[in-house]
Amino acid sequence: MSEMTNPDTSRRVPASQQAMSVPVPGNLDAIGATVGVNIDGVDVKVPLGTTILDAAKQAGIKIPTLCHHADLCVAGVCRICSVEVEGQRTLQASCSFPVTTPIKVKTHTQKVRQARRHILDLMLSEHCGDCYTCGRNGNCELQTLAKEYGVDSFRFGHVEKPVHEIDRSSYSVVRDNNKCILCRRCVRTCLDLQEVGTIEVLGRSHQSHIGTFLDKPLGDVVCINCGQCINRCPTGALRANDQTDEVWAAIEDPKKHVVIQTAPSPRAAIGECFGMEPGTAMTFELNTALKMAGFDQVFDTNFSADLTILEEGTELLLRLKQALLLREPGAVFPQFTSCSPGWIKYLEHFYPEYIPNLSTAKSPQQMFGAVIKTYYAEKQGIDPKDIVTVALMPCSAKKFECNRPEMADSGHKDVDFGLTTRELAKMISEAGIDLPRLPKSDFDSPFGTPSGSGVIFGATGGVMEAALRTVIELVVGVKVEDLFEHADIKPVRGFEGVRYVELAIPQVGPVPDLLKPLFPSWDFLKGATLKVAIAHGTANAKKVMEDIKAGGQFSKCHFIEFMGCPGGCLGGGGQPIPTTPEIRQARAKAIYAEDSAYEIRKSHENPDVLKIYTEFLTEGPCGHKSHKLLHTHYTPRGKYIE
Amino acid sequence: MSSIQTYTQATPEAGLKRALGMSRPDIIHEMNESGLKGRGGAGFPVGGKWNFAASAKSEKKYIICNADEGEPGTFKDRVVLQEHADLVFEGMTIAAKAVGSREGILFLRGEYTDLREHLEDTLQRRREQKLLGDNIQGSGVDFDIRVFIGAGAYICGEETALIECLEGNRGEPRNRPPYPVNTGFNGHPSVVNNVESLASAACIMGRGADWWKTMGTAKSTGMKLFSISGDCARPGVYEFDLGVTVADILKEVGGEGAKAVQVGGASGRCIPPSEYARSIAYEDIPTGGGSLIVFGQQRDMLDVLENFMDFFGDESCGQCTPCRVGNLKLLEGVKLLRAGKCSMSYLKELCALGETMQIASKCGLGQSSPNAFLSVVAHFRDEIMGRTYSQA
Ligand SMILES: Cc1cc2nc3c(=O)[nH]c(=O)nc-3n(C[C@H](O)[C@H](O)[C@H](O)COP(=O)(O)O)c2cc1C
Ligand code: SF4
Repeated sequence: MSEMTNPDTSRRVPASQQAMSVPVPGNLDAIGATVGVNIDGVDVKVPLGTTILDAAKQAGIKIPTLCHHADLCVAGVCRICSVEVEGQRTLQASCSFPVTTPIKVKTHTQKVRQARRHILDLMLSEHCGDCYTCGRNGNCELQTLAKEYGVDSFRFGHVEKPVHEIDRSSYSVVRDNNKCILCRRCVRTCLDLQEVGTIEVLGRSHQSHIGTFLDKPLGDVVCINCGQCINRCPTGALRANDQTDEVWAAIEDPKKHVVIQTAPSPRAAIGECFGMEPGTAMTFELNTALKMAGFDQVFDTNFSADLTILEEGTELLLRLKQALLLREPGAVFPQFTSCSPGWIKYLEHFYPEYIPNLSTAKSPQQMFGAVIKTYYAEKQGIDPKDIVTVALMPCSAKKFECNRPEMADSGHKDVDFGLTTRELAKMISEAGIDLPRLPKSDFDSPFGTPSGSGVIFGATGGVMEAALRTVIELVVGVKVEDLFEHADIKPVRGFEGVRYVELAIPQVGPVPDLLKPLFPSWDFLKGATLKVAIAHGTANAKKVMEDIKAGGQFSKCHFIEFMGCPGGCLGGGGQPIPTTPEIRQARAKAIYAEDSAYEIRKSHENPDVLKIYTEFLTEGPCGHKSHKLLHTHYTPRGKYIE
Repeated sequence: MSSIQTYTQATPEAGLKRALGMSRPDIIHEMNESGLKGRGGAGFPVGGKWNFAASAKSEKKYIICNADEGEPGTFKDRVVLQEHADLVFEGMTIAAKAVGSREGILFLRGEYTDLREHLEDTLQRRREQKLLGDNIQGSGVDFDIRVFIGAGAYICGEETALIECLEGNRGEPRNRPPYPVNTGFNGHPSVVNNVESLASAACIMGRGADWWKTMGTAKSTGMKLFSISGDCARPGVYEFDLGVTVADILKEVGGEGAKAVQVGGASGRCIPPSEYARSIAYEDIPTGGGSLIVFGQQRDMLDVLENFMDFFGDESCGQCTPCRVGNLKLLEGVKLLRAGKCSMSYLKELCALGETMQIASKCGLGQSSPNAFLSVVAHFRDEIMGRTYSQA
C-alpha cells in the first residue's frame, strides 16, 4: 500500500530533486538482484538500487537526515547524511546514493563527523530564532541535531536579527523564512506530493529563498491552504496561523457561550502531542480536558458529518432523479464531495469549470456552526451573537474556510475559529491539563450521540463509505451487514491514491418518510449501477480530474470523494508533526476502531440528526431551510492573479 | 590568423570521413588509444565517456557540446567557436557516429549570443555540404545539431545542471549517480563534452592517436589550449603541449616575475613562485579548464581572493548547505582578514570548513570553490595575516 505518487509519472519537480531510479529486478532471488553493503563493519544484503540510508536502516545504523522525508522524493541538498564510501574522493549523501555494486561505508569517521558539524554550524549561522520563542521548540529537527552533535557555540556566527519579513497574509499558513534552512521539503511537498506548486526556490546562492510567484504574499497567490508543507517543515519556518489567544479570550469572556466541536481525526492524533503512540484515540479524555479548559459545551462533529451525508446524499439522489426519472438535461455528474476545504480551493483554482459538479453541501464544520447559531441558539435561548463556535480540526484550510464571506447565512459567522490539533494541544498543555491520564466523559447533547459513520470521515474513503452505508439501507433496502461483514465496506478503504468501486442496485426498497416529499419511489434506480471513486491528496485529485476532462473512466462516475490531503483528514495540515505513512496508517486504524466500537454506525440512524429534521429542518434534506443554512456556493478563482 | 596551430593544420573533415568508414568500437578504440581527456575541467577520458554512452541502451541519445565557458579567466572555447566551429561540429558528428546519436545540442553561454549567427551559418553550410542531416556523406549516419542559448549562470556549465537547464528547469546539479551517459537529457544517455575536447577529437580522428601522443606526457597526452590573462605582456589563447611548466608559460606570455599564478580559473589553485617549475598535467598541476591568471608583484592577494570568493558567493546554485553558506563564510573571512580581525584560530576553522566543502558539497562548484582560499592561505599566509586592525 503506497499513497505516494510515483515521481516518474508526475514530473513536476526537476530531476535535480528526484530520486533517480535504478532498474531493479522484480525477483529478489534472481542472481544480481541484491548487493552486499558493509556499513561500519556490519554486512547487509539489499536490493540493487537501495540507497545507503535505507541499507543503513537495515543494518540498524542511524544516519542523520534533514532534507530527507519519507513522503517525498530525494533531494540530496542538505548533505547532513554524508558518509564515507571507500574508494570515493568525496563524501556521499547517503539519501541519494544508490548501491549498485558492493561497497564499504563508514558513517562516523572524523571526516564525516567534522563535515556534519560544519554543515550544522552553517545552517545555524543562517537560522534566526530563539528556541524558546518558537512553536517548534522541542519538536524541531534542527534543534535535535544540534543537540546530538553537541553544538556548544555558533562557530560561524549566528544571525541575531530577522532579515525576512514574516508572511502572515494567509488565513492558514504563516511563513517565516528567518527559520528556513532551505531543505526544500515544503517545495517538494507542494510541487510533487500535492502538485499545486505555490512555493518554489527563488534566487541563487545565498540569495536563494523559498518564495511564491513574484514573491507575493501567500494569501494572494494560488495556495490551497492544505498545510502539508507545515507538516513536513523540519523547523519553525512554516506554521499554521495561531488563534489560541482569541479562543482563550472568548473562554474568559463571561458574556460568551463558547462551544467547541471536535472532529475525529484530531482525536485520533492529539495523543501524539503528549508523547503517546500514534493511533491512540483520545476522544473521550479530550471531552474532559475541554471542559477543564473552560469550553461551555463540547459537541461531536460526527453529528454534522451525518447531516452532511443526508444533505449531500439527497443532493446526489436528486441529480440521479433529474437524469434518470425526469430525463431533464442539466444534471451534472460526477458529483464531487465538498467536505475538504483544501480540495475546494484546489478546484476553484485549477478546475473552476467543474464547480457545478461540487456538492453544494457545506462541510461538516460549517454545517455545525450554522446549526449552533440557529437551532441550538433557539433551543437554549441564547442570542447567537453571544455564541462563539470553535472547531477542532486536523486542518489548516479550515481556517480559510470559516472566513469565507459566504459562510454566514444565518446572519452570524458559522464558525468563529478553526483550531488545529496542534493549537489545541498547546492550549491543553498551557492549562496544565494532563490529557493522557484524564477520565473519559461524554459529548454534550443535543449533538453528542456517538456515530461511526461520522468518525470515518477522517480517513480517505470514509465519506464514501458513510454515504454507501446510507444508500444501501435507504435505497436498496437491505442491511449493510448483509452485504459487507460488520458493515465494513472494505473496497473503499485503504491508502491507494485513487480507488474506483461499483455498487449494483438490483432491487429497491421503500422510500423512508424523511425523503418521501422528494422521491415517491426508488424505481428509477432499479437496475442501475452506482459508480463511485475516491482520491486523496491533490496530486491524485489531479489525475482523476484530468481523466474526467479527457472523458475517461472517472467521467462516468456518479459520485467522487476528494480529499485535499494525503490519507484524508487524518493526514491534514493541522495534525501533529511529524507525519509519515506509518503514522497516518496508525491514525486510520484508530479511526476505524472507533467506528467499529459504536452502536450507531449509519448516518440515517443518528437520532440527533433525525431530530433536527423533525424539530428544525422540517422540510427535510435539501429543503428550503437546509439550502439557506447548510448549503453554499463557490468562487471560480482560476490560476491567474491580478 | 588563428593562434591555434593544431586546429589550423587539421585537414577539414578528414577525421569525420575516416570515422564514417570505421566501426563504432574502432572509433572508441582510437579515442582511448589517444588518451585524450576532457578539456572542460574534470579530465574524464573522452573515449571512456563515449564508450559508456555507446553501450547504454536507449532509443535516443544526445551529443551535447558544453560551450558554457563561464570560468573566470577562461575564453579559449570562444576562440575555438569563432575560428574553428567546423572542427567542433565535426567532433560532435564523430561522437554521434561513435555512440549512435541522431541529435546534437550546442549549449552556448548566454553571454556568447553574438556567436550564434556565425554558428547557425556554419551549421547551415554543413547541412548543405551533407556533413549534417540525413545520410551524412552517404554513410547512412543521420545527425543534426541545434544551438541552445543558456541564461548566463556559471553553474549551468556543470553537465547535469546544463541538462536541467536544457529541460527548462532551474539550472541545478543533479544527484549522481546516475551519470549523464546513462540518464541525461530527457532521461536519455547523453555525452557532454567540452568544445575543445570535441575539436581535438576531430583532429585525432584525422591524424591518428599516435600523432596525438607525440605531444604531451605519457599520462597527459596531446596539446591543450590555455586562456592566459592578468599581469603579463601578451595575454591571449595559447596552445601548449601538456607537461609544460608554469615558468615556460610565463616566459612565453611575458609574465616573468609574477607573484602568483592562478591555474584553472577561479576554481583552480593559486601557485606561488616556488612552484613555477612544476608542470601542468593531470599528474601534477591539473589544468582545470586551462586558464592561467597571472598576478604581478603589485597585486594584493586578498583583493584576488575577495574577487574569487565574491564570484562563488554569487554563482553557487544555492542547493546544498556547504557551498551555499560555506562560500559566504569564506568571503566574510577574507573581509575579516582585510580588516586585520581574523584570529589564527578562526582562520584555521575556515580552512577546515574549506576542506569540508571540498568533500561534502554536491557538485564540482562547491568542491572546488575553496581551492583558491586554501592555496592562498597556504602560500601567502604572511601577506594576508599582516593587516593592520581597522574599525571599518
Ligand atoms: C561549476 C562547474 C562549471 C563548469 N563549467 C564548464 C564549462 O563552462 N565548460 C565545460 O566544458 N565544462 C564545464 N564544467 C565541467 C562539466 O561538468 C563537464 O565535466 C564537462 O563539460 C565534460 O566535458 P569534457 O569531458 O569534455 O571535459 C563545469 C563543471 C563545474 C562543476
Ligand atoms: S556545490 Fe554549490 S553549485 Fe554545486 S549543488 Fe551545491 S550549492 Fe549548487
